[in-house]
Amino acid sequence: MDSPKKKDGQMKKMDIAEGGTTRRSFLKKSSIAAAAGGAALMSGCMPGKDTQSAEEFGLRWEEYFKKHYRLMTQEERDETIARLERLAKLQRGLDLQISSRPAREQVLYGYAFNISRCEGYMDCVKACVKENNQDRKSRTQYIRIFEMEPGQLDPSTGDGKYFHEVPVDNKFYMGVQCFQCENPPCVKACPTKATWQEPDGIVVVDYDWCIGCRYCMAACPYWGRRFNWGKPQIPNEEVNTRQHYLGNRIRPMGKVEKCTFCVQRTREGKLPACAEACPTGARVFGNLLDPNSEIRYVLKHKKVFRMKEELGTDPKFWYFID
Amino acid sequence: MSTTSQKGFLSFIFDCIRWNMQGNLLFQIFRLILFATMVFGIYAYSHQARNGLEVTGMSNIVSWGFYISNFTFLVGVAAAAVMLIMPAYMFHDPDFHRVVIIGEGVAVGALVMCLSFITVDLGGPLQAWHLIPGIGQFNFPSSILAWDVVVLNGYLLLNALVPMYILYSHYMGRKPDERKYRPFVFLSIFWAFSIHMVTAFLYQGLPARPFWNNPLMGPRFLASAFAAGPSLIILVLAVVHNFTNYKIEKKTFHKLRLIIVISAIINLIMLFSEIFKEFYFPTHHSIAATYLFFGLEGHDALVPWIWTSICVNLVATLVLAFNPGDNNPKILLPACILLFVAIWMEKGIGLIVPGLIPSPMGEVVDYLPTWVELAVTLGIFALGITVVTWLIHPALILEERYEKMHNSLERE
Repeated sequence: MDSPKKKDGQMKKMDIAEGGTTRRSFLKKSSIAAAAGGAALMSGCMPGKDTQSAEEFGLRWEEYFKKHYRLMTQEERDETIARLERLAKLQRGLDLQISSRPAREQVLYGYAFNISRCEGYMDCVKACVKENNQDRKSRTQYIRIFEMEPGQLDPSTGDGKYFHEVPVDNKFYMGVQCFQCENPPCVKACPTKATWQEPDGIVVVDYDWCIGCRYCMAACPYWGRRFNWGKPQIPNEEVNTRQHYLGNRIRPMGKVEKCTFCVQRTREGKLPACAEACPTGARVFGNLLDPNSEIRYVLKHKKVFRMKEELGTDPKFWYFID
Repeated sequence: MSTTSQKGFLSFIFDCIRWNMQGNLLFQIFRLILFATMVFGIYAYSHQARNGLEVTGMSNIVSWGFYISNFTFLVGVAAAAVMLIMPAYMFHDPDFHRVVIIGEGVAVGALVMCLSFITVDLGGPLQAWHLIPGIGQFNFPSSILAWDVVVLNGYLLLNALVPMYILYSHYMGRKPDERKYRPFVFLSIFWAFSIHMVTAFLYQGLPARPFWNNPLMGPRFLASAFAAGPSLIILVLAVVHNFTNYKIEKKTFHKLRLIIVISAIINLIMLFSEIFKEFYFPTHHSIAATYLFFGLEGHDALVPWIWTSICVNLVATLVLAFNPGDNNPKILLPACILLFVAIWMEKGIGLIVPGLIPSPMGEVVDYLPTWVELAVTLGIFALGITVVTWLIHPALILEERYEKMHNSLERE
């Protein structure tokens, strides 16, 4: 029943791959596509006659029955990652490096956003889309920047669709993304435990365990989650191949995704892409448990506030004014 | 037992299927239309399965749409069977006892539709096994959606098994043992309220959505369901009365009408209370209600929808309350249809969509279902009606036979 459906998905992926590759890889891929198509014709609904599709079918089969990420041993995690990397190679010719690096000891990530510094350039948004392999077709973005009138402090009253030269006199800018709440309503809502809080405070999604019910999206008071309404489309040459299982790996269709403070970067000791890209230094990221970190300095010496504090979600994302 | 050795559970099932295959031409044509609608729905769903939910009108802002709206409303229809079960089994009301089986059939059909709507709304329906306790990860008791899975499936089981036991006993020509099924009847009464409250809590429990985060939602859900559900049952009874040999007494319609009127009035009082709260002193939390009733920033897709619903609801409630035709079906039935449709409009789209608009970031968009959503929904309605006919058709044949047998025994 579902194998023809899956075939379709593969063909589509190949179409996308063909979109932006060199002539040689195009030829290589079209020959694979031809072989797969031929095999599909020969074997009808049952892929498996052809060695290529047999391997792919086997990998997909094992992927389908794999466990929840948190219940996997490290060995099982390595196995699923090997399968995912192999599938990406087979289907799109991509060489991925997917990490399963766990949270670092004694780390709790926090974020602070300087509203006096941000000038609305949106470099953070661009960097985020690129880093996190977000769907180009639906223009999915984790970060929203709102242009605010003086006297406002609630982004929902600002203009999130501004399209003009920035900064504009007498306006200020507020960035919004997942606030990685300490008391996350989305995690409480998920019926399959497919989303949870990691020890370093980041709320992640097991994209393969999510069933796509979107209850978490209804539960989030900050509009922090996005859904893959279609199959995510990213040209091959734009794919960020350094990925994390819980982070920026390319999402399957029909699953929920969200900002992970760039788990694939921050667990390697780097800044999230947005903080690195910011040209004005409005974004401060760091370890809340480290008393010498910049984020702790901001929390100690600046006047900070958080969004919708009355909901008791306890976000780990503060706004501050110089 | 020995006298009925020819009969058994298997022959019961076979006979039910056999009776279902029979029926006059009109019935067969009706079945064919239902079947064609289902095929159309499956075609539309295959389109959705291939291309993803992007073929629907939903978006990251309006992340639940027509499917979840219909699911929510139909939970009410399913729970409304309790309005027949309670008087029939607890108070031994003879009029309701004769029709309770029909109410239970309607409940099973509604539940099948509820579960189908949830399934078609999933982004990963093939991963639905992740929900099954034991092999999956069931976030119980934390997630209200997990509770909903439990209560809906439990209610389906109760509403399928109790009538099946009773019908099977009748089929075997013996009186069903009350001690055996009464505990389950009590459980199913409690359970009917719970499917409603849990489904309301699904929305009520989200502080992120002020429009839903309202303690009146659960009770209002019950009131509207006990108006819409029995309205549908009156319509089904009218069909049964007119097209089969199983005649329903006028008293039954009268009693059902009273239930509907009381529930509809309580529903309207609570609606008034909600509107008062939203608009006497509008706060930031009233924005969704403003969008629903008056439109916001030029977006007003739901304004005619909700006012139509409220007006129709008022008219139908008044007609049913003052009963100008004295239970004349020519007035009673259209009033029931109107009330049912009005509550469907309000407890479906009128409840789910404004809860998501504006987004928590203040963005206002309109939502319109696409042809795929409409076709899949039609297909699921056809499935539900098919289930109801497949259950009620043999059940009525059995009940009629048992009644005749019972009466002849009494005469002797």
